[in-house]
Amino acid sequence: MQNWIMQHWVVLGAGSDMARPFLRRLAGEGASLFLAGRTAADLETLAQDLRLRGAAAAEVMAFDARDAADYPALVARLAACEGVLNAASFVGSMPDQAAIDADPGLIAGVIADNFTGPATFLSLLAPVLEARGTGVVVGVGSVAGDRGRVGNYVYGAAKAAFATYLSGLRNRLGRKGVHVMTVKPGPVETRMTAGMKLPFMTTPEAVAEDILQGIAKRRNEIYTAKIWFLIMRVICHIPEPIFKKLSI
Amino acid sequence: MAFKHTEYAGWGRALRASGTVARPDRASLLAALDPAPAFGMRRSYGDAALNHGGRAIDMSGLDRFLAFDAETGILELEAGVRIGEVAAAFAPRGFLPAVMPGTGFATVGGCIAQDVHGKNHHHAGSFGAHVAEITLWQSGTLVPVLPGTPLFRATVGGLGQTGAIVSAKLRLVPCKGTVMLVTERRARDWNHHLSLLDSSTATYTVGWIDATATGASLGRGIVEEGEVARGLVKKRAKAAKVPMDAPHFALSAPIVRAFNAAYYARVPAAGRTVVRPMADFFFPLDKILDWNRLYGKRGFHQFQCVVPLGAAGALRAMLDRIATSGLASPLAVLKRMGPGRAGYLSFPMEGYTLAVDFPNRAAARDLIRALEADTAEAGGRLYFAKDALAEGARIRAMYPELPAWQQEVAKADPARAYETDLVRRLNLRNA
Repeated sequence: MQNWIMQHWVVLGAGSDMARPFLRRLAGEGASLFLAGRTAADLETLAQDLRLRGAAAAEVMAFDARDAADYPALVARLAACEGVLNAASFVGSMPDQAAIDADPGLIAGVIADNFTGPATFLSLLAPVLEARGTGVVVGVGSVAGDRGRVGNYVYGAAKAAFATYLSGLRNRLGRKGVHVMTVKPGPVETRMTAGMKLPFMTTPEAVAEDILQGIAKRRNEIYTAKIWFLIMRVICHIPEPIFKKLSI
Repeated sequence: MAFKHTEYAGWGRALRASGTVARPDRASLLAALDPAPAFGMRRSYGDAALNHGGRAIDMSGLDRFLAFDAETGILELEAGVRIGEVAAAFAPRGFLPAVMPGTGFATVGGCIAQDVHGKNHHHAGSFGAHVAEITLWQSGTLVPVLPGTPLFRATVGGLGQTGAIVSAKLRLVPCKGTVMLVTERRARDWNHHLSLLDSSTATYTVGWIDATATGASLGRGIVEEGEVARGLVKKRAKAAKVPMDAPHFALSAPIVRAFNAAYYARVPAAGRTVVRPMADFFFPLDKILDWNRLYGKRGFHQFQCVVPLGAAGALRAMLDRIATSGLASPLAVLKRMGPGRAGYLSFPMEGYTLAVDFPNRAAARDLIRALEADTAEAGGRLYFAKDALAEGARIRAMYPELPAWQQEVAKADPARAYETDLVRRLNLRNA
């Protein structure tokens, strides 16, 4: 693994269940952390936890995926730190599809949380990263973005948009020495999935491990749990006339 | 924050519950919940963490370190922190939890509620002896609980009946490194085994016992002594995972006997001293995630008792009963305990403790019941963290301070909001 000291990480959606073990791994390596999220008071507790686990620094930033007004100020703060700057986005929301079907007004929020919010932020940050010519961007999408399914197709559409955005960002930043990795988790045991019994579920701890491995190997796209790569190859190859009749 | 319907089980998977569970991951979410029994990683084998047909709060998401004072070694942390994470994070900085149970996955809240002991019990006492403060969530209020008070003694080892433990302050102890220097010696038989345990001067001492050896080899095993040391050692291998329930013959008698013989022979006759990663010494089974699935769908039971020093002969007779039954599994432990205990219902007493796993079958359940009668006769005690089968009257008689506990619990939880399956099964709260 590379040397994490003097590495700065800004983590969007730092209060999410999935981000917590990832942040702790970074803290254990002595990285400097910026926790961006909506619940500042809770993030301050987490920041203290990360300092006690070895983070060189941990600073809370108010970040709302649905309100980009503050983003330039956040980016300016990040641009002011010396060393290697990295970013990871764990933001997202997944309302029940039935709730969205009943109130399509919810779609805008889902698209903001999963796509336009993090994409706007990363696009503002991109010139800073380009100028430094180094760093890593990790974007967490979902296997749900690989194909629209009856159970969560608005969420899937937002994640698909984010994945396509990350693919383009990789194309752009890769030329300047910045590595962009797309992460597509299958079901993960988090608050989002509490009480659900889902196939091939993984844990936030395992996701963190897979992300760090992926970064070390400079992977462009990873699935976690890894078996979802195979499952999604199969699902993506089901002909549409058949697929439209399935409820998977 | 909603309670969601869930099927869940104790670590032994023989006792199960169906009910609603909420898993808050921040204090503000916990504050919005009605009182209900709290559990952590459910490493208690029986039903201490279960509330069938009711509500329960999963505290494992409340797992943050809150403050650390390097002068005093006092670490304040949320109840859901795994004790192994404390060791991993603080050993490189020269501190360790003063007491660690046999699994690093146990939460701080669980360690307090069962007043767990470690391989250093004979020197350090139980977990509760090193707790500087507990914060309880009692029907809507945060209550600080300090050592020396009756509420503290009712909470430590108190099975969660005085309220949900939300955070605690632990007095960590200084340690000089991040690896363990481990001396392993063969114990030929029961007497040799006890004499090695009795004469050990090490900080950490534990005996692994071959519970399938009979006759002249009865009681044979490996005595491990450990000291924290400074040094470098290969990083711990990544944990393996048991992917599915094993078939019932996976731990059948011939396989267990062969495993135990190999395990015994692994240590040279003259003994040896090796350097191990800290977690390998303290939490040997954590290397295999979900190892409880090795016992198959029906699950298993762990029998653990402690008997007074003078009753060693009775314990030998119990081991003989186990060994000749052909039901024991590879994971049996013998240890000498000191007198240290911090709560009214704490398990430890000065003497010898024996822990043996059995697959969940009728013959094993009968054997465990017989062993429980033997324990009572020997003046010993059964462990609430392990028990799934005991009779209420018998186990209650093993805890002379039960009335004091009941009195405090009645004050702390008059509405009986924190009752669990274990408390109901053993009728612990009724005088």
